[in-house]
Amino acid sequence: MNNRRMRDIREDIFFIGPGFIIFALIVLFSFVLGIYYSFTEWNGVNKEALWVGLDNYLQVFKGDEQAGVSAVFTLKFTLASVITANLLAFGLALALTLPLKNAKLMRTIIFLPNVIGGIILGFVWRFIFTNSFVSIGELTGSWFFELPWLGTPMTGFWASVIVFVWQRTGYLMMIYVAAIVSIDDTLLEAAYIDGASQLHMLTKIIIPLTVQAITVCVFLALSWTTKMFDVIFALTNGGPFGSTETFAMNIYYEAFQYNNYGLGSAKAILFFIIVGFISTAQVLTTKKWEVEA
Amino acid sequence: MITNKYFPRLFFIEMAVVVIALIYLSPFYFVVVNSLKPFGEIIENAASLPSTIRWDNYVKAWNTVSFPQVFLNSLLVTSFSIAGMVLMGAMAAWRMVRRPHKISGIIFVLFVAAMVIPFQSVMIPMVKVAKLFGLLNSIPGIVIIYFGFGMPLTVFLLHGFVKSIPKELEESAYIDGCSTFQSFFQIVFPLMRTMVVTVIILQTLWIWNDFLLPLLVLFKESIRTIPLGIFSFFGQYLNQWDSALATLIMGMVPIIIFFLILQNYIIRGITAGSIKS
Repeated sequence: MNNRRMRDIREDIFFIGPGFIIFALIVLFSFVLGIYYSFTEWNGVNKEALWVGLDNYLQVFKGDEQAGVSAVFTLKFTLASVITANLLAFGLALALTLPLKNAKLMRTIIFLPNVIGGIILGFVWRFIFTNSFVSIGELTGSWFFELPWLGTPMTGFWASVIVFVWQRTGYLMMIYVAAIVSIDDTLLEAAYIDGASQLHMLTKIIIPLTVQAITVCVFLALSWTTKMFDVIFALTNGGPFGSTETFAMNIYYEAFQYNNYGLGSAKAILFFIIVGFISTAQVLTTKKWEVEA
Repeated sequence: MITNKYFPRLFFIEMAVVVIALIYLSPFYFVVVNSLKPFGEIIENAASLPSTIRWDNYVKAWNTVSFPQVFLNSLLVTSFSIAGMVLMGAMAAWRMVRRPHKISGIIFVLFVAAMVIPFQSVMIPMVKVAKLFGLLNSIPGIVIIYFGFGMPLTVFLLHGFVKSIPKELEESAYIDGCSTFQSFFQIVFPLMRTMVVTVIILQTLWIWNDFLLPLLVLFKESIRTIPLGIFSFFGQYLNQWDSALATLIMGMVPIIIFFLILQNYIIRGITAGSIKS
């Protein structure tokens, strides 16, 4: 009996051990260490980190204007992008589940940006905003293309939203397509025979039956936008004047450019709490709709 | 769905979608046409077709970013990271489903809980931890770091999948005298294929394109991945758009080919993966 137990334990260690130990050392240990650093002042070079209690957290709220700017930018960017990307994705999914001639090709095209790295896409759009748009503006005289897209805080904000929406709509669209396709045709046919309007079919049948996909897509979009880093890092590098700096970028600069590891860690922990709070709140709300629907 | 029956608006919807698809493609048009022009021509008109096609920009880009080198580095990092995390993730997931007990239950909860931690929340101490274990500035080092960050999703997806595999197969294997190891590697692991493909696809899109993690742990020029190579090119030649655009094209071509070949798997993997999580 004892032998058998020993064998079970050995097998547990063999199967679960390697993956868990690496994960625990890299992720969990770092996370705990980060909480400790957030209460210290440390420049990353000195051997000892100096314990400062809650000073870093107070500093983030009181003495750090740029952290506030980047937090507000991230929230506004999240709100605008999550809504725009999901509405567009849902609309496209509705259109592309109709019997269109080139539906599959269109889906592929719209999905394509998703497979390309954010840093590449950011540079691509930096070129388009600063060069191609200018040329199109000269050719057509359209005000839209003559705006200084990456030159002012306002246009820089919308430039970031445009690039995000372009990059991610296809991914969300694919999830919506899968959900719409799985709706039982007989339901829609019955509604059609009963003379339901298109709008009614949308609001009474399609949306309620795809509410789970909506939860998933909003969740995904939230997790991309709140953590946005590489695309905007390449697109604007936070400019002009730090107005398009995301909170994730702010943490990066604080730690790896200004060498304030303690303050950076405090921001990182706050970031974890805020992102966690937003996603939990979202999942709980949409789950409630799912039940009602 | 709604309109299996013909209705005249279908044509206009089709037109609208075509226009949107063209808008989606337009960035690629701008990058491709301008990557073939000399610098002066780009500045003059960044929307037109090139007057003559010249490949000089590509030659310069290829050599400046040492493309074969960064491509190979990306390939090594991505493939080894994924091979390891799939193997370790599958082993752990299977064991946790088939022989559940208190400790493995806690471990599973830790994996799932870690999925909500944003990378930026642990990156600062992670660099310190990586240094402590000698994982900085080496390809095997970054591979091990990716194991750590990749485990949660891998275990989570495979854990859900193992539950759907009937136990009977393994039980009859035990009766036939198979050891635990044999029944896992010869019977269960091959059965996990569908979900393993999903995991491979999701993790490939992440690791191949990842920028921030390599930026923090790889400094030597010889071990840069594609995103890092492109980033440092832009650091040196900011706004030298002629060769810069060529690097961007070279950077995106491999993953676009990967996508076009495996398109159906990728789309399926993404929808399956996201509904589960």
